[in-house]
Amino acid sequence: MKKTKRIMALALGMMLTTATFAGCAKTGTPAPTTTTAPTTSAVTTPAPTTTGNKQIKIGLSMNTLNNPFFVDVKSGVEKAAKENNAILTITDAQNSAATQVSDIENLIAQKPDVIIIDPADSDAITAAVESCNKANIPVITMDRESNGGIVAAHIGYDAIKSGNLAGDYVAQQLKSKTDAKVVEIQGIMGTNVAQNRSKGFNEAMARNNLKIIAKQAADFDRAKAMSVMENILQANPKIDAVYAANDEMALGALEAIKASGRLKDIVLIGCDAIDPSLEKIRAGELNATIAEPPFFLGKKGVETALSVLKGEKVEKTVYLQSTLVTKANVDTIKTKE
Amino acid sequence: MHQGVFRVNETRKVLSRAMKQYRSFVILAIILIIASVIAPSFLSFNNITNVIRQISISATLACGMTFVILTGGIDLSVGGILGLSGALSASVLIKTNSVTLAVLVGLGFGLFCGIVNGLFISYGDLPPFIVTLATMSLFMGCLLLFTSGAPITIGNDAFKFIGKGEIFGIGVPIIILIVVYLIAFFILSNTPFGRSVYSIGGNEEATRLSGINVKINKVYVFAISGLLAGLGGVILTARLGSAQPTAGQGYELDAIAAVILGGTSLSGGQGFVLPTVVGALILGILTNVLTLLNVNPYVSNILKGAVILLAVIIDRRFKTISAKAE
Repeated sequence: MKKTKRIMALALGMMLTTATFAGCAKTGTPAPTTTTAPTTSAVTTPAPTTTGNKQIKIGLSMNTLNNPFFVDVKSGVEKAAKENNAILTITDAQNSAATQVSDIENLIAQKPDVIIIDPADSDAITAAVESCNKANIPVITMDRESNGGIVAAHIGYDAIKSGNLAGDYVAQQLKSKTDAKVVEIQGIMGTNVAQNRSKGFNEAMARNNLKIIAKQAADFDRAKAMSVMENILQANPKIDAVYAANDEMALGALEAIKASGRLKDIVLIGCDAIDPSLEKIRAGELNATIAEPPFFLGKKGVETALSVLKGEKVEKTVYLQSTLVTKANVDTIKTKE
Repeated sequence: MHQGVFRVNETRKVLSRAMKQYRSFVILAIILIIASVIAPSFLSFNNITNVIRQISISATLACGMTFVILTGGIDLSVGGILGLSGALSASVLIKTNSVTLAVLVGLGFGLFCGIVNGLFISYGDLPPFIVTLATMSLFMGCLLLFTSGAPITIGNDAFKFIGKGEIFGIGVPIIILIVVYLIAFFILSNTPFGRSVYSIGGNEEATRLSGINVKINKVYVFAISGLLAGLGGVILTARLGSAQPTAGQGYELDAIAAVILGGTSLSGGQGFVLPTVVGALILGILTNVLTLLNVNPYVSNILKGAVILLAVIIDRRFKTISAKAE
């Protein structure tokens, strides 16, 4: 009797867990998002890669939607899809490469004309890209590349160049100082973006003979960056500049620096140009950031996908322009439409 | 002669009992000594208060977790509760501009989540691990849905005071932490409820047979854990000046690690609340020292894991020695 009860409890618990996980997968994705939906009954089987006056179906597989950067990528895709009267289905892999592979399998089952992928992991996504190839659905990748399979085009920002840009700005700001001391706060060090931004920044530091006295990871997270910066401030009585590999971390570091009363001694630069950091630049608290507006990444992704479907020739890799944002040009920067 | 032997035994017993309760303090002392030798900037008033301020949130959660683990349960949902309470609190603050209301909503919602956990566990007769694993995912999902994946920025300085302010040079989160632990200490050692917490963890069946309402006491325990997670959410939001869509992730593990480093038995019935704060301190000092020394971030995770393992091994040794003495 007791045993049965226990098994029942376990089964119930499992069901509850799966139910919540299933519920979670839809977070931020109110079911298959139909941007424009006149007559899209399941009966009409679309012939792939033919374009006529028929609505184009786009599958979008996002690696995560719990980060403002990727939420903006999604908005860009949605905007462009709407402008081009395309039907959009979005999945959210919640940063899990495994979930993303099954997400894409689910998308393939719906037979879209094209699939746009923002990979969680460049290696793990290969399997999913190959499945798309097999099903004859063209693939566009954004932000992170796929290390295998056939990809029609990749759209991204050049993360090494972004790190370079940040490094050169820091060097220029510290020109008059001798023996300047620089701190680097890194992102999640298993991801291409974090590795490459760091690589670019370190190249620029070496080129300008600047010394990095502390290099710590804070996982692109504001709270973690705040703690890391507090500790670094304790260890180093002299710091001249701080580079944080994204704006969330720059804002966390800013809180720590403000609390220590050393704001005016330290040049602080972030990356991404999200709205809260643009405000801090206007307020003169954050010195600079690198604009790589995610919105345009998403938009360009859809535009490229449509070109591919029309049979136009597209560049294999499209790099969008990253721009340095300071108080001087903060009001001219466009991050959204 | 006989009396002499008796006295020796008695001193031994007292010593071993003290050791049992305070062995995490010994580990802390060892770590403190090593830290101040290898990192010269470690031992300054500023850095020490810095460390305590940093651990104040996870130590607050760990306090509630101690209650849960003492009954033999576990609460994996505290990180989720923390994030969601913080976000609700932030949005109430923005809508009403009332600090009191924002704090009350944060705490109240945490309490509510804890009670929900407790009801499922007690009256649904479900294992705490599974219920709180499910609600962890549920709360984190709600948080993302509620914030739409974007941070909620707050500008109210009176609210931020909870996370950043100082009273007589001591950070407000530290003062909150001290108050929380004093209350928890009092409850566990001086109230009938405290005694039932130990007794449930020691032997649930016997406790029930002795006429104590086990079910309702378990609900209370999860309610406390939820309330303190809500408090943690309010403090974190105030400290960052914003509620983050990913707030709280991983906090449950820090809290559980602190409780275990504090020497509380995972099977329940044995442990104390004060060593838990010591456990949290050990974790905080580790992170702090590794950053002070600018250790390669790849390596620092390995070192952290190794030190925790070592601390638990030493702890086990102490336990066997004191068990032999008794």
